[in-house]
Amino acid sequence: MTRDSSSQKSGILIVGECAKEIPVALVFELLGLGRRLGSGGLGEVSVALLGNPAPEVFAALIAGGAERIFVARTPAREHYESDVWLAALADILARTSPRLILAGHTALGADLAPRLAFRLKAAIATGCERLVLSGDKLHATRPCFGHKAREVLALKTHPSIVTVRARTNEAIERSSERSGEIVEVAIQAFDNRAIPRVTARKYDDTGEGPRLESANVVVAGGRGLGGAEGFETLAKLAHILGGAVGASRVACDLGWCPRSWQVGLTGKTVTPSLYVAVGISGASHHMAGCGNASAILAINSDPEAPIFKEARFGLVGDYRELVPALVTELARHKTAA
Amino acid sequence: MRIHVCLKEIQNPEISASIFKIDEEQRVAIPLAGLPLVTSPFDEQAIEAALRIRDKGATCRITALSFGPDTAQRAIKRALSMGVDDGILVADAGRETADSMETAYILAAAIKRAGDFDLILTGRQAADWDAGIVGCGVAELLRIPVITFAMNVEVRGSRVVVERVLEDGSEIVEAPMPCVVTVSNELGEPRKASLRETMRAAKKPIEKWTCESIGITPGNLPFEERPQQRERLFIPTKDACCEMVTGASPDEVAKNLVSRLATTRLI
Repeated sequence: MTRDSSSQKSGILIVGECAKEIPVALVFELLGLGRRLGSGGLGEVSVALLGNPAPEVFAALIAGGAERIFVARTPAREHYESDVWLAALADILARTSPRLILAGHTALGADLAPRLAFRLKAAIATGCERLVLSGDKLHATRPCFGHKAREVLALKTHPSIVTVRARTNEAIERSSERSGEIVEVAIQAFDNRAIPRVTARKYDDTGEGPRLESANVVVAGGRGLGGAEGFETLAKLAHILGGAVGASRVACDLGWCPRSWQVGLTGKTVTPSLYVAVGISGASHHMAGCGNASAILAINSDPEAPIFKEARFGLVGDYRELVPALVTELARHKTAA
Repeated sequence: MRIHVCLKEIQNPEISASIFKIDEEQRVAIPLAGLPLVTSPFDEQAIEAALRIRDKGATCRITALSFGPDTAQRAIKRALSMGVDDGILVADAGRETADSMETAYILAAAIKRAGDFDLILTGRQAADWDAGIVGCGVAELLRIPVITFAMNVEVRGSRVVVERVLEDGSEIVEAPMPCVVTVSNELGEPRKASLRETMRAAKKPIEKWTCESIGITPGNLPFEERPQQRERLFIPTKDACCEMVTGASPDEVAKNLVSRLATTRLI
């Protein structure tokens, strides 16, 4: 670890997390953030990739702002565990010495980043929403206390490590005009038996309709639904709005819906233009996942529910009556339009 | 087998934002007077994970380990009342403002001092600062594997088998023990204190250690000069104002709402 000085500004390295061999949307958001910090003085933006990515993956990353791609060729593995990433990053970091390492705040990034920080004795800030460079200092803003407060951390080491929450930073417009360099990195062998090994993977049934994270409308239900069947009512509303269905942690913990529907501090972050919160009280750990929606419509039988303080529109009453009425009215509106 | 559960006592994270207070000057939360502190919920789920391993027939000694003020004994006692066997409290005297990295270092030192162990369980993050660094740090400092975000933890022979929460599903991960596992809320409700265990808890030992007693002295932490420093703590302001849409019947409410959504271009 070396303390930062103004002369040490040698770029940004982004962990190129992929799902089913395609970089996740968050990687492009990190590229957008990286390019903004890069032109602010942090220098070149690189992406670390693992495995044997298809040529389109390189092209997409370069179009999205990557100026260099380090690709660590690993033996074919269906799923890349953070231990493989740690080994690959050690090899990549022997070739480059970034001031900043960025990863998504995901099941991968939130696992990888703290471990990397201890190995490198580096500053770390997890689950950040905002990252700014002022002079040669990096300042990370992150939610804490269940999203009730924010702390700003000054990151003093070279490199510093930051995990960034989804949909808190804008990707830049992709352009095929951009060019970038591809650097092959040999990965050292590591003892497969001594590390955790993924033996099986289950994907939740996402059903039809848009993905929760990218939906323009999200209809979410909480404890106030009173049971799993409430989600059937919400699905009808989501369908007519062209949206996805989400849920509060309580609804997931009660087994009323798949866990992957969870919106909140420990679930997904969504930024739809309209977020319909049905029977959700509005605990701050839930708002952590939907607080950046353009508008919230709250439907709750309790007029005192904190969600109304966060909402643009509010309906007080029984969702079992209000939601079907809303579905009918929206259908009428659609036909009229 | 020996299981350690690392836990932290915090202000109840469920309190509403309207009564949550901070000291901007000191950059800390101000606990509400008269409100009892609680065990960080994810750590309670880690206790539950340990007890379920025993319920499945493993012979194990489960130790609750906390680094904190003297009052954190109550969190250890609550763990004992749930069925944990004994406790260790490392006093934070002189290190009250320890950050995640210092805490990981101190917990790792305490675990080493406590002798052989097989499994270390802790919450995915403490529900105050929500950082999620300590569990991974303890594993790195002890040079053992870590599996994060567990929703199910089982011991099979010398290996631990974990179902791990992902964005779009879950995966089964196996690791050799000793190993650290961080537990997520998907594990399910922790059990309540039982009368039988509460009666027994009074007799269960809680050891009180100091940082010095486990070899942590001023100046010997690699993180003594913090790599990251909290510059500011604040509560974001809200300027939202909710428009309540009403009507004589659900149909009328729906009609009024759709009209407002249309004029504000939300549909």
